[in-house]
Amino acid sequence: MIVRIAGESQYRLPDGDAERLNELDNRAVAAVEAGDETGFQELWQQMLALVEADGVELADDELLGSDVILPPRDVTFAEAQGEFTGEGLIPD
Amino acid sequence: MAGLGGRMSTVIKAKVSKMLDRAEDPAETLDYGYQKQLELLQNVKKGIADVTTSKKRLQMQSQKLEQQVVKLDTQARQALSQGREDLARAALERKTVAQTELQSLDSQVEELARQQEQLTENEKKLRSKIEAFRSKKEVIKAQYSAAEAQVRISEAANGVGEQMADLGLAIQRAEDKTEDMKARASAVEELEAAGTFEDLTQLGSGQDDIDRELNALGAQSQVDDELAAMRAELGSGGGESPQLEGGEESK
Repeated sequence: MIVRIAGESQYRLPDGDAERLNELDNRAVAAVEAGDETGFQELWQQMLALVEADGVELADDELLGSDVILPPRDVTFAEAQGEFTGEGLIPD
Repeated sequence: MAGLGGRMSTVIKAKVSKMLDRAEDPAETLDYGYQKQLELLQNVKKGIADVTTSKKRLQMQSQKLEQQVVKLDTQARQALSQGREDLARAALERKTVAQTELQSLDSQVEELARQQEQLTENEKKLRSKIEAFRSKKEVIKAQYSAAEAQVRISEAANGVGEQMADLGLAIQRAEDKTEDMKARASAVEELEAAGTFEDLTQLGSGQDDIDRELNALGAQSQVDDELAAMRAELGSGGGESPQLEGGEESK
């Protein structure tokens, strides 16, 4: 499984991590919906830690699409509440 | 994944698929794709340069604010030496506000510098991926049948496209952040220009109210000094001086 942390790197993770990552993600979203910022931050840090602990960074010349793209590391609670949208420099 | 990862993935993948939505003749797609990548790389470079410029502008604003702090401190000392504690207090109050703004501005500039570093690093990554795409496309053209090539092309193009879309979003995020900072910094500048860090006065550009009062005090003390000098001059003259008259009056 290939996971990208937005704005950083792609990592290759064992497929078995998908379930754990998904579970953390669901709990993080539940925390966001409950307005629980502390809970959200804790879960978010756990997600990052999981990717970093189990993942191997892809080489710069490896051309692979990601299975999952996580928000930027410093994603704010407000951003997590919104949709990660925007036009950006890359035209649609 | 429906959560954070799902939403982020959806945004980026939508961009990637729009970028790549031109697959007709595989060989053509490859060359077109590569040209497109080079074009977009220029956008990315320009975007990073813009972030850098904004950061420099904010650094300059921070320097101006630093000068303001020094100036207010000097004003406070001057005011105090003239026995104007009220003015000194006003200057010190403003100095405190300016210092607080300065701290927050500095920490934002620092954060922006970190982001800029990350963007530059990712631009390097993108260049490597585009370069890898360039060599891969020749291999694909030479070695695979059209059907096979299609699969490999889409895989390779996805790899580059995703990096591109991700970096594009990161740049946009950094730009949004600098816009916020710029708005904040220029609001501080306006206050500073008006001399109204506190709601003390509504004087216009250039001198602020503390400057004016100090200047007035300065002018007054210059008049006093000149008067004293004149008195001394006249006093050292003949005995029939106006000072003597004064002396007679005081009798």
